[in-house]
Amino acid sequence: MSATTVMLCGVGGQGTILAADLLAKVAAASGLEVKLSEVHGMAQRGGSVDTVVRFGDEVHSPVTDPGCVDHLVAFEIIEAMRRIHFVKPDGRLLVNNRTIQPLPVLTGDVAPQHGLEAALEAEGAIFVDAEVLACRAGSPKSANVVLMGALSTGLPFEVSTWTRIIAARVPPKTVESNLRAFELGREACMKGECGL
Amino acid sequence: MGRVLLSGNEAVAQGAWEAGATVGVGYPGTPSTQALEHFATLPGVHAEWAPNEKVALEVAAGASFAGARSLVTMKHVGLNVAADPLFTIAYTGVRGGLVIFVADDPGMHSSQNEQDSHNYAAFARVPMLDPSDSAEALAFTKRAFEISEQFDVPVLVRSVVRLSHAKSLVETGARIDPPPVGPLKPDPAKWVMMPAMARCRRADLDTRMEKLSAFAATTDLNRAEYRDAALGVVCSGVCYQHVREALPDASVLKLGLTFPLSVDLIDQFASRVDRLIVVEEADAYLERSLRALGVQVSPSGLPVAGEITPGAIRSAMGLPAPVLREKDHTLPPRPPLMCPGCPHRPVFHALRKIKAVVTGDIGCYTLGALKPLAAMDTCVCMGASVGMAHGAELAGGVDGRPIIGVIGDSTFAHSGITGLLNTVYNGGGGTIAILDNRITAMTGHQGNPVDGITLQGRTVRELDLEALCRTLGVTRVRTVDPHDLSATENALREETSVEDLSVLIFRAPCALLVKDKGSPYAVDEDACTACGACIRLGCPAIGKDERTGKATIDVALCVGCSQCVQVCRFDAIVHTGPACDLGEV
Repeated sequence: MSATTVMLCGVGGQGTILAADLLAKVAAASGLEVKLSEVHGMAQRGGSVDTVVRFGDEVHSPVTDPGCVDHLVAFEIIEAMRRIHFVKPDGRLLVNNRTIQPLPVLTGDVAPQHGLEAALEAEGAIFVDAEVLACRAGSPKSANVVLMGALSTGLPFEVSTWTRIIAARVPPKTVESNLRAFELGREACMKGECGL
Repeated sequence: MGRVLLSGNEAVAQGAWEAGATVGVGYPGTPSTQALEHFATLPGVHAEWAPNEKVALEVAAGASFAGARSLVTMKHVGLNVAADPLFTIAYTGVRGGLVIFVADDPGMHSSQNEQDSHNYAAFARVPMLDPSDSAEALAFTKRAFEISEQFDVPVLVRSVVRLSHAKSLVETGARIDPPPVGPLKPDPAKWVMMPAMARCRRADLDTRMEKLSAFAATTDLNRAEYRDAALGVVCSGVCYQHVREALPDASVLKLGLTFPLSVDLIDQFASRVDRLIVVEEADAYLERSLRALGVQVSPSGLPVAGEITPGAIRSAMGLPAPVLREKDHTLPPRPPLMCPGCPHRPVFHALRKIKAVVTGDIGCYTLGALKPLAAMDTCVCMGASVGMAHGAELAGGVDGRPIIGVIGDSTFAHSGITGLLNTVYNGGGGTIAILDNRITAMTGHQGNPVDGITLQGRTVRELDLEALCRTLGVTRVRTVDPHDLSATENALREETSVEDLSVLIFRAPCALLVKDKGSPYAVDEDACTACGACIRLGCPAIGKDERTGKATIDVALCVGCSQCVQVCRFDAIVHTGPACDLGEV
């Protein structure tokens, strides 16, 4: 297969790095070449962050460009919109139904942006209530795994590979809630419940 | 053993371990940090953080002198600090292989400048290897140890963010026993760099470089890939991967050894392509080098500054761009910010109130320069806060405002101590605030001499900062809990009102180290007057209700530090229950 490009974006601290690591390991365990690229340091302190995972029979560059992303998984609505031009016209757009206002908005230096949900919907976004489903799974911190469950419905990997990788990667005490979170994210997407 | 997904940093560590390196030393710095962290977890090695990169390289040089294969790790600006020993270790050479891993940051994701470490290789005359993915990071690091011993030189292995923090599949192998270096005999002509000996070693270094240039012509670290002869691209490192992605039909000369270069190898490649370009980022090191060798290089059209991507290469080559969805240019920016409960926040809140001129430094607290705290006037390099505060005083001050240098614990140990000694020695005044959050936080929580936490968990004594400052000759040394906002402000006002030099140590652990979070606060809407005082703290947990303008607190983010409670004049911030009871996240 030619390389598939997945971009995960959100706010530093939301768990994009762990989610990207799960995806890269699943792709590798499925026998594909894989490259992952992330940014640490200053940006991780509540800033706008993204991680790119690329997999296929042959993968060269670990990074991507506007117009080249097959799947965008946004952990936050403003960050989804910030990366919209990266998504191919026929690319898939999964958005966590959550807005985290940046500090310049909170302090009144910049006006808040309205109507982003509608704009994203017009771009074909599928919304997921990842935090609600994560709480239902028993761990509010597993929203990132809920989103991987949602993403998995559009990728050619076995569910058993996902569950094996997740179980091996998350803290032992949270294996059950994370597997449940994955399942809930997957179910929501398959039933179409995650649309607004 | 087997195929595993490793970051470039982890692969360098694995390569050093497989090569039999037993000593690893470094100073944390994004994007290099995880190389030494990973090395420290491997069996049979001694790994430690040094207070700075100069010391790290000197420790590794000592280990090499005594016969051990040793690894040094740092970011690009760290190599500036380590440059002094580097230039002379190029003369002395090595006994055990000595490999210096340096990670550059094109695009400045987490750095104060964008320098290309290739220039150091050429400047110090030290060979440099440029791996392009994790598998090469492992293989090249192993080779670097062999080259170091074969040619009696330290060897630089260069990385960038997109190698260090990229992951790809790697075949790991077994650890070898390096060839014995033989017994250590007194050899001042090689190891004591007084002028007479150094002159000989200088000539010897030139001989070693000639041998390395011959090696560059034949080594499989360099590889010519002939495809379409219309375009030939010379590149190295991750840029090679971008070139293969963007220009799959182009011929490529992939340089794994980027210093020294082989003119024969490059001439041969140039003669077989119609047009030759260089693809590199952040500087034009290769292009300048090729031109100096007399190679005809066509302009690539790529920008010199910043990171490049496959798309940037396609665009520079005039290839069609993909169809784009429309970009939204009106979105609010999202700058990084201090965490909820961060002990640095009250210090900057107070510095803003007292209208201080603040010379800042490198660490999480540099975020104090951003709104709404906006209480830092300069940030240059590790330790600069202390010297710049003194310099501003020498210049006659700034409008009579208090001048305060602000520096973190690890940064103070790195390069702040000599600055403070200088201020004392020269009879300077002013105030230095040491923000001691008990860890090197920005790079991901590494230990340092101030907190006494070591890389491999050995028990050591932590540095007594107060005693150190007094010993240097500072008579006014005070320790303050920054979470106490009025104590913080009072201490700053008092110490800046006296002429004598003073040091204020603000000591409280990094919020991310505090395991027992306090129960979160909530806003009493009836009491809140929407005055905005709490919002001006710049805490990510505090928001504003768009309709009423009143404050809101995100219970999932709040760690119960009470900083906002202390700035609220209306007792509108009150305790609430834990997050899950509210059914919110």
